[in-house]
Amino acid sequence: MMHAPTPEPPTRPDAFVELHQVTHAYGRGDKQVKALDATDLRIEQGDFIALVGPSGCGKSTILKLVTGLISASSGGVLVAGREVGAEPVRVGMAFQNPTLLPWLTLRDNVMLPLKIVAPFRQEYRAKRKGEFRDRIDALLARVGLAGFAEKYPWQLSGGMMQRASLCRALVHEPQLLMLDEPFGALDQFTREELWGIMQDLWMTLRPTVLLVTHDLKEAAYLANRICVMQARPGRIIEESVVTFPRPRTISISYEPAFVALTQRLRELIVSARPAKETVQ
Amino acid sequence: MTPQLRRRFASVALILGFFLAWELLCLAFGVKDIILPRPSQIVLTLGQRMPAIWPHALQTLYTTLVGFALGIVAGVLLGAFVGSSKLAYDVAYPLLVGFSSIPKVAVVPIFVLWFGAGTIPAVLTAMILCVFPIVVNVATGLATTEPELEDVMKALKASKLDILTNVGLPRTMPYFFASLKVAVTQAFVGTVIAETVASNRGIGNLMMIASSSFDVPLVFAGLLILAVLGVALYVIFSLIEGRVTGWAHRKDEFAMG
Repeated sequence: MMHAPTPEPPTRPDAFVELHQVTHAYGRGDKQVKALDATDLRIEQGDFIALVGPSGCGKSTILKLVTGLISASSGGVLVAGREVGAEPVRVGMAFQNPTLLPWLTLRDNVMLPLKIVAPFRQEYRAKRKGEFRDRIDALLARVGLAGFAEKYPWQLSGGMMQRASLCRALVHEPQLLMLDEPFGALDQFTREELWGIMQDLWMTLRPTVLLVTHDLKEAAYLANRICVMQARPGRIIEESVVTFPRPRTISISYEPAFVALTQRLRELIVSARPAKETVQ
Repeated sequence: MTPQLRRRFASVALILGFFLAWELLCLAFGVKDIILPRPSQIVLTLGQRMPAIWPHALQTLYTTLVGFALGIVAGVLLGAFVGSSKLAYDVAYPLLVGFSSIPKVAVVPIFVLWFGAGTIPAVLTAMILCVFPIVVNVATGLATTEPELEDVMKALKASKLDILTNVGLPRTMPYFFASLKVAVTQAFVGTVIAETVASNRGIGNLMMIASSSFDVPLVFAGLLILAVLGVALYVIFSLIEGRVTGWAHRKDEFAMG
């Protein structure tokens, strides 16, 4: 793990995203399930964080809290120093499912954030057929979808839809990028190819990324820091800094240091399982 | 010949065969035209009496379309309200079901009481007959919008209006247009019922008068007009549906085009 440092170490001391003693419970009364228990997390601007852990450990809950899709039961979620929801930060999000709108072509799907988010929203009418269109076609080409802009989502394979979904998450140059297992449903080769593309996009656009994943290899390949979580109640039990030099390639994943890292993460997650589950 | 063309050919043949069998059976058994006129007689009557029939047909079409238009406006507004939240959906649904299960013929006398005989009760009857399928479909379409699609919008900090216009409404279009096909036929039924009960114009009224003077071919001519108008409206809305909501059907033809 003691490799060369990342090309651009984060310089800002203030956290861009900050969770302070955040608790979140789903349901109410007796059926209440605590998804997240008194969690602290700090992410600096331009950093790439991966959240790993077993199912039900509250990984996606953290993502939804930071995006403002749900609000915390207690504790504070700050983005750019302000309460989440009030902050003027552009957020991009990609989900496990491509969630493309089936009535729009790929281009119009990717166009969606430009139609909604300021400052693009104000220019949408004037630029959607010119500048925005060219920009989207360029972005689609970058993820290997050149020539598919006019297609509808259901005319494409799952991997192609997922690529388009990544484009949609990135098109409005978000300062904060939320990735909720976006590569989970793909075959291994597509997944590895998209890791490369993702790293490439991150290195050029430098958004702050929060990636939720089951895949330890993915986390080690992409992230600067990996937060290992434990389930029931969900919380972060360890943070590992990943220092492999960028751009990383797939061949790095066969190096001993990389293998040792993923193995250690795996053991952490297995040993952190609740007792009743290990018995079963 | 493509399978699709063959199917279309077969259904045309079935329609023609139906009328041909009708004609031949009437001839073979010597059925009097006061009981059941032959198709050829009906068409003949239609041709001869066209100048007298067609103002009535126009009146019926006009009433239907006005009632239908009002029904769309009311249906979409009501449906958007009912479908906008889980709470509204659960609360309003029993009342809607209650209203829609009332036989609509029963309300015509009430409309006549309020507005007198004529066009207004017919327009209103057409409207209430067609409004329920629209409400139910629009509400269902909105209420069943995938939360994931809304999350995409919420992550972009979209307003409720943005979500409605970019996700809710487009998502609901297939439901809406499917309901329009049903609704326009229902509006037609409403018009004719009201005209039969309380009007001095329209195809319903024409058929009423014709049957009381035992002018059976004219009754059937009216029926034929109704069938043609009904089918025409259905076809028009099917075509619009196909154009607007082709994405929801995902046929190969559409994919190629």
